[in-house]
Amino acid sequence: MSIRFFIREALSSISRNAVPSFAALASVLVTLLVLGVFIPIVQATTGAANDVRGQVIVNVYMKSDATPDDVQRVRGQVEALDGVKSVQFISKETAYAKERRKNPDAYDLLGSNPLPDTLRVTPKDPDNALALVSAIEPETPGGGRTTIDPSIESVGSSKDNTDKILTATRVVKLTTGLLAALLIIASVLLISNTIRLSVFSRRREIQVMKLVGATDGFIRWPFVLEAVILGALGALLAILLLGVMKIALVDPLVNDFALLSAPSTIGFGVLVAILLGAGIAVSALGSAISMRRFLQV
Amino acid sequence: MAATEKELRLRDSQLAQRKDAAAASGRPGDPANAIECRGVTKRYDISKAGLSGTTFSIRRGEFVFLVGPTGSGKSTLMRLLIKELEPDEGQILVAGRDLAELNHKQLPFYRRNLGVVFQDFKLLPDRTVNENVAYALQVTGSSRAEIREKVPDILRLTGLATKLHHYPDQLSGGEQQRVSIARAFVNAPPLLLADEPTGNLDPETSIGIMQLLYRINRTGTTVLVATHDSAMVDRMRRRVLELAEGVVVRDQLQGQYAPTEMTTAEFGALLREPSPEPQRAPKKREPGDDFDEAFRD
Repeated sequence: MSIRFFIREALSSISRNAVPSFAALASVLVTLLVLGVFIPIVQATTGAANDVRGQVIVNVYMKSDATPDDVQRVRGQVEALDGVKSVQFISKETAYAKERRKNPDAYDLLGSNPLPDTLRVTPKDPDNALALVSAIEPETPGGGRTTIDPSIESVGSSKDNTDKILTATRVVKLTTGLLAALLIIASVLLISNTIRLSVFSRRREIQVMKLVGATDGFIRWPFVLEAVILGALGALLAILLLGVMKIALVDPLVNDFALLSAPSTIGFGVLVAILLGAGIAVSALGSAISMRRFLQV
Repeated sequence: MAATEKELRLRDSQLAQRKDAAAASGRPGDPANAIECRGVTKRYDISKAGLSGTTFSIRRGEFVFLVGPTGSGKSTLMRLLIKELEPDEGQILVAGRDLAELNHKQLPFYRRNLGVVFQDFKLLPDRTVNENVAYALQVTGSSRAEIREKVPDILRLTGLATKLHHYPDQLSGGEQQRVSIARAFVNAPPLLLADEPTGNLDPETSIGIMQLLYRINRTGTTVLVATHDSAMVDRMRRRVLELAEGVVVRDQLQGQYAPTEMTTAEFGALLREPSPEPQRAPKKREPGDDFDEAFRD
């Protein structure tokens, strides 16, 4: 009896309170729609920022008279350092061929190969790139620089560029993260407040129910079910609109823009599940929590 | 001659009053008492007391009027009896059970044994007459068949058989009060509390409401009516409990609203009692007054 009774009560209460019900549904719909658009954008941006950070590398240039043994020794030393992800060897011939392809005339003029053997070091964490540089090229007490091996000519990690990339991407990641957090907080507050208002507008009704001898559960469940139904409806509508947007706008563009096909964006199915779950959970919780006060009679 | 007769009547009523009080109080904890209050005190703040040390008892099946001026504690007593408020001191026993022992979980089940009628009806505004009365049954977990059987019965008894599908705001005050009485009585509770049930109604309608309450009392239900309606109390001649500033000052079987009827002479004396004379503020001379002077010939 009771489950069916509660569902019937919830449905008739939605139709009796059409305006507050619609307001709750609309607030769920709008916030979830915005959230549904924003989550993939945040992810794509963060993914792009991480890609850029992945390009931060440290070049170790060998002296021009370094033998393959020297290179091997230096490679071993560098690999033994903390925070090194991988070391890639680029011989002077490979470097020459590569550069020549870019600018054949200039290199033809040179006649000989001026490029050194290079060890390309990728740090585990891009933030450690500068620390890695000082590890390979420690500072002397006099203020100059030495290297950990005599056959190293210099260590290049154009300090300025690395710095810029690191700060810029950090700012981007922080801002999007902060915006996402704010948006989620705003959505939770908006949905639970609208539900609260609709409960509040019926506090007299709750009081009467208590006086007639209804138990807390008997009063609460129709309200919570009502919120669940409204939350689910709002979320479904939002998902429907998001689906239309995805098919109509995003999918045709995916092949043209690297950003949109960034591999780290959330799957549509997962997004749907998250939005539906969040819509239902926030509404139901908002309803149950705001009822507590009126049930203490 | 007339004076001695009046004196006799006064003495008789005082004697009767004492006897009534002794008979009515019964033994403490007597299960034949529907309501028993022992030294009940409720303070709203330090200066204002709702009730101070109220002691009385009401036997099962009695019809009792609770009278007294505004602020004498009638409503406080009612709210204590439905356990909307807790007494600061003293004990309230209903059917031999101490209300202080009821916890939050048991409270709804206690209230199902009470019928409560309010001055402002307290109907659920977005449910029809039928649904309002049915709600009191749904709360107790009655089956739909039971509801279909009982609700029309009680509505016929209260004279609302034709208004089944009306909403409360489509009914007159008297009809709304009948609905609330029907709701209070549909569970056939052993105790019915009415707080100013005719407070918002005209005298004609009030008679109908009181008749209804009286008929309910005849079925064996104990009825406690808080009221200002002196005409009704005088006409019905039931037991009267008078409260003044939170204390029972009169307990009389077959009592009247006021202790004794006031003679015309006494009423005249009351009117002649010194009270502040209404006075006009001294008139100030305003610029506009000059015109009055000018136009006067």
